[in-house]
Amino acid sequence: MDRMPAWADAILVPLISLLLAALLSAVVILAIGENPVEALNLMVAGALGSTYGWGYTLYYATNFIFTGLCVAIAFHARLFNIGGEGQALLGGLGVAVILLYVPWPHWTIALIAATLSAGAFGAAWAAIPAYLQAKRGSHIVITTIMFNFIASALLNWALVGPMKAPGQEPATPSFAASTHLPTLSDVFGLVGIQWSSAAPANVSFFVAIAACVALWLLIWRTKLGYEIRAFGQSEPAARYAGISPVKIIMVTMLISGALAGCMAINNVQGEAERLVLNAAEGAGFIGIAVALMGRSHPLGVFLAAILFGFLYQGGAELALWMNIQRELVVVIQALVILFTGALDNMIRMPLESLFLANRRRRERRGGGGGPKPDRKSTTAEGAR
Amino acid sequence: MSETPAIELKGISKAFGPVQANKDISIRVMPGTIHGIIGENGAGKSTLMSILYGFYKADAGEIFISGKKTEIPDSQAAITAGIGMVFQHFKLVQNFTVLENVVLGAEDSGLLKPSLSRARGELKKLAEEYELNVDPDAVIDDIGVGMQQRVEILKALYRGADILILDEPTGVLTPAEADHLFRILEGLKREGKTIILITHKLREIMEVTDTVSVMRRGEMTATVKTEDTNPSELAELMVGRKVLLRVEKTPAQPKQAIVEVRNLNVTDEKGVHRVKDVSFDVRAGEILGIAGVAGNGQSELLEVLGGYEVATGSVKINGQEIDLTGAKSDGRSRRARGISHVPEDRQREGLIMDFHAWENIAFGYHHDPAYQSGILMNNATIRQVCQDKMERFDVRPPDPNLLAKSFSGGNQQKIVLAREIERDPDLLLVGQPTRGVDIGAIEFIHQEIVRLRDKGKAILLVSVELDEIMGLADRIAVMFDGRIMGERLPSETSEQELGLLMAGITDTDRTHDHSEVEAQLAERHGAAGKEA
Repeated sequence: MDRMPAWADAILVPLISLLLAALLSAVVILAIGENPVEALNLMVAGALGSTYGWGYTLYYATNFIFTGLCVAIAFHARLFNIGGEGQALLGGLGVAVILLYVPWPHWTIALIAATLSAGAFGAAWAAIPAYLQAKRGSHIVITTIMFNFIASALLNWALVGPMKAPGQEPATPSFAASTHLPTLSDVFGLVGIQWSSAAPANVSFFVAIAACVALWLLIWRTKLGYEIRAFGQSEPAARYAGISPVKIIMVTMLISGALAGCMAINNVQGEAERLVLNAAEGAGFIGIAVALMGRSHPLGVFLAAILFGFLYQGGAELALWMNIQRELVVVIQALVILFTGALDNMIRMPLESLFLANRRRRERRGGGGGPKPDRKSTTAEGAR
Repeated sequence: MSETPAIELKGISKAFGPVQANKDISIRVMPGTIHGIIGENGAGKSTLMSILYGFYKADAGEIFISGKKTEIPDSQAAITAGIGMVFQHFKLVQNFTVLENVVLGAEDSGLLKPSLSRARGELKKLAEEYELNVDPDAVIDDIGVGMQQRVEILKALYRGADILILDEPTGVLTPAEADHLFRILEGLKREGKTIILITHKLREIMEVTDTVSVMRRGEMTATVKTEDTNPSELAELMVGRKVLLRVEKTPAQPKQAIVEVRNLNVTDEKGVHRVKDVSFDVRAGEILGIAGVAGNGQSELLEVLGGYEVATGSVKINGQEIDLTGAKSDGRSRRARGISHVPEDRQREGLIMDFHAWENIAFGYHHDPAYQSGILMNNATIRQVCQDKMERFDVRPPDPNLLAKSFSGGNQQKIVLAREIERDPDLLLVGQPTRGVDIGAIEFIHQEIVRLRDKGKAILLVSVELDEIMGLADRIAVMFDGRIMGERLPSETSEQELGLLMAGITDTDRTHDHSEVEAQLAERHGAAGKEA
């Protein structure tokens, strides 16, 4: 066939992209007069060198898994949901509403309720752009971006107005102690593993993993996932097959929004234990990079989210211990996004030709590897 | 032959990745002749011509124009060398006039006025010389496809082309328009122009060319004088084995009506009235063929019956009224009614090109309980079903795990047919069953359609290929501008008569000379062929 092996596509390409981003970052660090090797050491030690570091890395990763899955499922229907940020903010509102005004006897029930509420709020926030896209053809990229701003304004109003706790801060009161989620330290403590109790990673990390598995099943094993993928590949074909575009756009965006909303069980219920201003902290946008790098596959999203969690935590360490400002850390993160997301084809295409040339050489030497079925219609005709 | 060839290609090779599109091709085209190049889809005809026109660079080989070695790095160089190309899909600016299109890219100076007036004079001269009558001030949008093609030819001649390459020029033309085109080509030939005609239609090759070259799998397998060969020999050269050019079938034994269509009207999103008061029946055990130039409402007819276009009027399947408003029906509910549909464009509608073959085998039928296990889809079963169907329909290679796009056109079509025919439908809708399909597979596809008919099923066949309609259909209805112009039996009609109907001329008792047909054609205001 005329493509490279799947492992190269899924692993080698991102790895090379990552390496290039790292090299370029090293040049930037050199340029400001710091030692890149030392910086890398610091990042790795800070993010992965202790259970404290891991606790932060996994906390960030949990956020990114949810927002990454949000963007990934939408990608499968060829919808570009840039509204993960706003949907995550609304998810926070959903968590706050359900945890502040309802007394919960135990964190397990509270977690289920908060997950449902966060998902519902996030889905509702995605539903309006979805409806506008499905029925009126308003472009979902534009509407979801606008809804990010509206979400932010709505949260501002709620946090300085009706939901504000007494005091100076624009934030809600803290949630009841019975709703506080166990941290990874509590969880691993049960099986006798020592884990830093200062880090914010909590049980919602396992909810995120469950979401990955569930989404994988949904996309690749159910009729709905089949219809979403078919619609994403070709709308005329979907119509031919009796798949309703309106239904697919609505359902996909509801799932997508719900996933972004669910991020709030990690950052709002799990970490802050109250709702603060700008709780999502840009995780909705990182989700786009995570989905791109993870190639919209749940496993890829999981791995990419861990990587970005590492970059976040490692970057914070850099800003803390070296003469590298917070902004430069953002530059490094941006380079990774640029290379793994936007410049994906820059790596993929040369690599692909390399593989093909290699294979041709092998075939010529080995006298061809059986009949080549597809040679006619693929490249020659497609290239017209 | 001591004469210098107008074009000589020596050892042209071109590969796209692992695909060898052209393999060591050498050809000599003599000046003042019409040279046909024939071959199946993917045989490399278009690639070869693209190299000649500077779109692709050959990996190896040389091009000689009138004996002089010439490099053609881009289309500008091709034009300078006197090569003009008329593409299958016209490259015209739709809202420009004929004159503006002709001048576009060949303006003499920064000011448009002098170029336009010079072109006007030039056009008049060309029109007289070659029977290329086109109103220079007509807007492209308003003229028919036949006219648009003439504009393309004029564009090439205006740029001083001595060598004209036409890529599948008759695909969108009625037989009358095609005849006119061939007369134009004869005229050009008389004036000493050299013409290369690329086609997959054997009849055209026999009718109009002096010499014919056959391509197969990127190689030039033969070049012969047209008068020394015959269609079946050419077909054999194209495919590499003997093929049946005629469909073998027994007379139809039609029974009760399966579909009754009455006063069907379709208006599309832009408000264009696409199907106008169409009524017909298709009975069990017969093939009703709908002939017509592309874009005359046939596609919309199929879409309505297939459940994804709305219409007014009435359609009964097995005596039961079906919903045409789209409120209570879609492609899925149509399938439940026993309608299967092989759509006109398999790559756009019939298949998901990036899905595996096995995923495509369930496409449209993915709700079938046999394909489920609990809330999940039973992928193992679907794979097995796909494997079986692929073997029965001789899909090559019979591997369910290949992506749809990696099959050839014929094998893709077989996958669609296997999916649709094996549902044992009461009514099979088939659009362009053999478009872009190699001759070998055409034979097989026709046999399968006839076999379904002989099982007592109703078949509605839409095709722009008149040969196919004549060979396959038991009854022929001709559509023009959204209406059915008439119904004929294949045994009692001729291609000429159908051709006139396709052009919207019903009064076939009168004898028609060409100018009259032309005049009527000109009036069509581009109703036809917009979609093609």
